[in-house]
Amino acid sequence: MDLYEYQAKELFADHGVAVIPGKVCFTPEQAQDAAAEIGSMVVVKAQVKTGGRGKAGGVKLANNPSEARDRAQDILGLDIKGHIVHKVLVAEAAEITAEYYVSFLLDRTNRTFLAMASVEGGVEIEEVAVNNPEALAMIRVDAIQGCTIAKATEIADAAKFPAEVREQVIEMLCNLWKVLVEEDATLVEVNPLAKIADGRVLALDGKVSLDDNAQYRHESHLALVDNSQTDAIELRAKEFDLNYVKLAGEVGIVGNGAGLVMSTLDVVAYAGEEFGGVKPANFLDIGGGASAQVMANGLDIVLGDPDVKAVFVNVFGGITACDAVANGIVQAVAMLAERGEPITKPIVCRIDGNNAIEGRRILDESGIALIERVETMDDAARRVAQLAAGK
Amino acid sequence: MAIFITANSKILVQGMTGSEGTKHTRRMVASGSNVVAGVTPGKGGQEVDGIPVFNNVGEAMAATGADVSVVFVPPKFAKAAVIEAIDAQIPLCVIITEGIAVHDTAVFFQYAQNSGKTRLVGPNCPGLISPGLSNAGIIPGDITQKGRIGLVSKSGTLTYQMMFELRDLGFSSCVGIGGDPIIGTTHIDCLAAFEADPDTDVIVMIGEIGGDAEERAAAFIKNHVTKPVIGYVAGFTAPEGKTMGHAGAIVSGSSGTAAAKKDALEAAGVRVGKTPSEAARLVREVLASR
Repeated sequence: MDLYEYQAKELFADHGVAVIPGKVCFTPEQAQDAAAEIGSMVVVKAQVKTGGRGKAGGVKLANNPSEARDRAQDILGLDIKGHIVHKVLVAEAAEITAEYYVSFLLDRTNRTFLAMASVEGGVEIEEVAVNNPEALAMIRVDAIQGCTIAKATEIADAAKFPAEVREQVIEMLCNLWKVLVEEDATLVEVNPLAKIADGRVLALDGKVSLDDNAQYRHESHLALVDNSQTDAIELRAKEFDLNYVKLAGEVGIVGNGAGLVMSTLDVVAYAGEEFGGVKPANFLDIGGGASAQVMANGLDIVLGDPDVKAVFVNVFGGITACDAVANGIVQAVAMLAERGEPITKPIVCRIDGNNAIEGRRILDESGIALIERVETMDDAARRVAQLAAGK
Repeated sequence: MAIFITANSKILVQGMTGSEGTKHTRRMVASGSNVVAGVTPGKGGQEVDGIPVFNNVGEAMAATGADVSVVFVPPKFAKAAVIEAIDAQIPLCVIITEGIAVHDTAVFFQYAQNSGKTRLVGPNCPGLISPGLSNAGIIPGDITQKGRIGLVSKSGTLTYQMMFELRDLGFSSCVGIGGDPIIGTTHIDCLAAFEADPDTDVIVMIGEIGGDAEERAAAFIKNHVTKPVIGYVAGFTAPEGKTMGHAGAIVSGSSGTAAAKKDALEAAGVRVGKTPSEAARLVREVLASR
């Protein structure tokens, strides 16, 4: 889960990382009140989970409370790379004398953690990495030893932080590492890390990604979840504990295992080229060992998507037993009929593997006219693309 | 020979008394694995289907000579279980558990590196099978048979799909390395092992979008692999910025796309199928031309 800047800064503050606190506002009037309370020049910042806010007009200075209201008015409702701004952060505008960059992140390639630091902050760090790579220090951090003072010193010196901020940067790095480990984050990034006129070094922005697998040991993280931008069908799938992603096409997909479902998306998209560019409408993985009920929930979700014209159930039963899958399909159809929403869309099924013969028999004998069984994945993809195209 | 597990492998199951552990122990035994022990703290002295349960990995190894551990312990307790196995210096530890916090994996992976005695496979993987010889994990034992194809894949069900497509030819070993951001055994580790394995003639490598593991595997193949390699990459049509189930399966920017991976593999001389069935057909072609 990615956090908003204001949420990241709250976690920073909890772990002793120096920040300028601010106030989250949902209306221009709230922004005006917040600026009046702060009592100085303020910055009004769009809270969206994407970069490039400044360029998109999502970060503005305001000299007084009425200006803060006007700037908030401008920013609220902006579309920044597909993210609509629903809230702004109002914070004291500091006089910046230098902008730096620091981060810790999971380094998948080296299977450890990585610290990155640069005295050229305030710009997109990817640009620094390309245009001026020697200005970006990258230091591996051992997962067991962590970021000790010695390691933090190594990072600060590798990035050539000037003497007058060195001690503060080292302390900042140690505290950011605490955020990473104690909050189970996979990324903590500060850009810019700013030196302000009074000599203090502060995190003026913050980016944090949390590991969803570690949710169980952080009850407080539940309060950080914000579903206001999540697709309605994705939310419903989440309630069923299903792994679902909405896509732009017409063919509903239900499969087991992330790899096989990704592969199914490909095969359907290729087959769709023959039929006017029909594409998958979603990714839905019912997981390993799925029961009939899970299959029924999955079909319910996919059939409920008005964009879907036809559905492809593609299952290879490893742990999942194909008879359970077939029963789930039959159950889903019965359940929807009972609910007064009998199915109107064709369901193409390909099932192989564990108990496939029994599964096929259940489908063949179900008497459900809209269910069509096809032997291979490629043929089934072609058939479902054809049906979705109405041909 | 096969890789990592053979007919001589003696398997212990960490978490054998749990429902998943018991179910899959039975399946492993049914597919010919020699499961010699279970480990559940506090349940030492019990038995599951006549297989003795011990309190810790060290005791189980001392009593049975086990050299492979398969871990079904729930995510909360997985780190402690894996560290126990590493401390006992078990040569191979296969972590099936899904949903382990990545900070925990980072720590036990580093711990294994420091010890230098234990190869980790997974986490969040289906394990590995050398058909007809041994099966360590949850890969169904009856999909295929012993043969001369080596298979390495991040994805469980795609592994099964490919084993099924080529079931008549058979496999030396199939390794599901798992889809988590940090995994103990990589594509490269498996490529190196298959290259050295006299019972493997052709290698199938299944990748998916996200990260750069396939690109690095391509560089390795170019320099170190003489056997033919057939590739398949899932996720050609995946949109950018969407996570597709596996923690690793996200495309961001230009790197990590299926097309970039296919290009890198082809530049290393790997023939890449657009679909699993096309990859299977390429394997048949290669084997027929030998």
